[in-house]
Amino acid sequence: MSIRALIVDDSSVMRKIVDRSLRQAGIEISQTFEAGNGAEALTVLQDTRVDLILCDINMPVMDGLEFIKQLPTVENAKGVPVVMITTEGSEAHVVQALACGARGYIRKPFTADQVKEHGIPILAGKP
Amino acid sequence: MTSGAQPFISDNPHQAWLPMLELSTQEVFELMLASHLTKPVTPAPEAAMNITGMVGLAGQLCGVLSIACDEKSAALMASKMLGIELDKVGPEVADALGEVCNMVAGNFKNKIPGLGDGCLLSPPSVITGNDYSIHSMAQTPSLEVGFLFENMPIIVSVQVHS
Repeated sequence: MSIRALIVDDSSVMRKIVDRSLRQAGIEISQTFEAGNGAEALTVLQDTRVDLILCDINMPVMDGLEFIKQLPTVENAKGVPVVMITTEGSEAHVVQALACGARGYIRKPFTADQVKEHGIPILAGKP
Repeated sequence: MTSGAQPFISDNPHQAWLPMLELSTQEVFELMLASHLTKPVTPAPEAAMNITGMVGLAGQLCGVLSIACDEKSAALMASKMLGIELDKVGPEVADALGEVCNMVAGNFKNKIPGLGDGCLLSPPSVITGNDYSIHSMAQTPSLEVGFLFENMPIIVSVQVHS
């Protein structure tokens, strides 16, 4: 299955690393969209339907938690799974992200295997 | 670059954090840059460090974590993170060093019991140039550890303010 992914991170280097990690994890990507913060990502989603969103938490303008809270207001984003990828790896942050609607959580630094472990079950529709 | 911070001394109240700082840095370089850091035999001259990434820590732990290196080391970090040739690296150098700093800081605080929830990170900042000094208003000793990254020196330090 080939998917369209949206990667949201204020670091362009990190966006490229996440994209490469998805491909190394064996996830076939037909197209990658990028956004530098939550507000930019919401704009991208106004015109674009994706299959998976990978999102940082600490970002300027609109952080990752606010972004996933606002996702249900965007028609194209309904039902699209979100995986958080962030340095904020504490238990409280994980609980908060999951409460906001995230389906998975990957702590930086990470490996392609961790991306695979979290991404593939979500894409397959498993909890 | 010179630092106004006092060097690590044996009565540093945060001495126990030094192994966690070392491990946090090594993990980031191994996982994100596929690079094994080694320890230098002799300390690196500070004058050679002309680019420094910094991330502020606020909350239960207040301070600054910084990584200093030379431009070639920073460019090599970007090269490895992006998976491109060294001579193809452009303006991403500062972004890459800042992100490495961010990951080391996050990894470090998450290894200290109780700090993961109680300490927030600032967005990274990167300073470049040959002639600058960092002065801390807090007269506390810093934790500092030197590594060789692909045989080039880097210095990772944490200045604890409170």
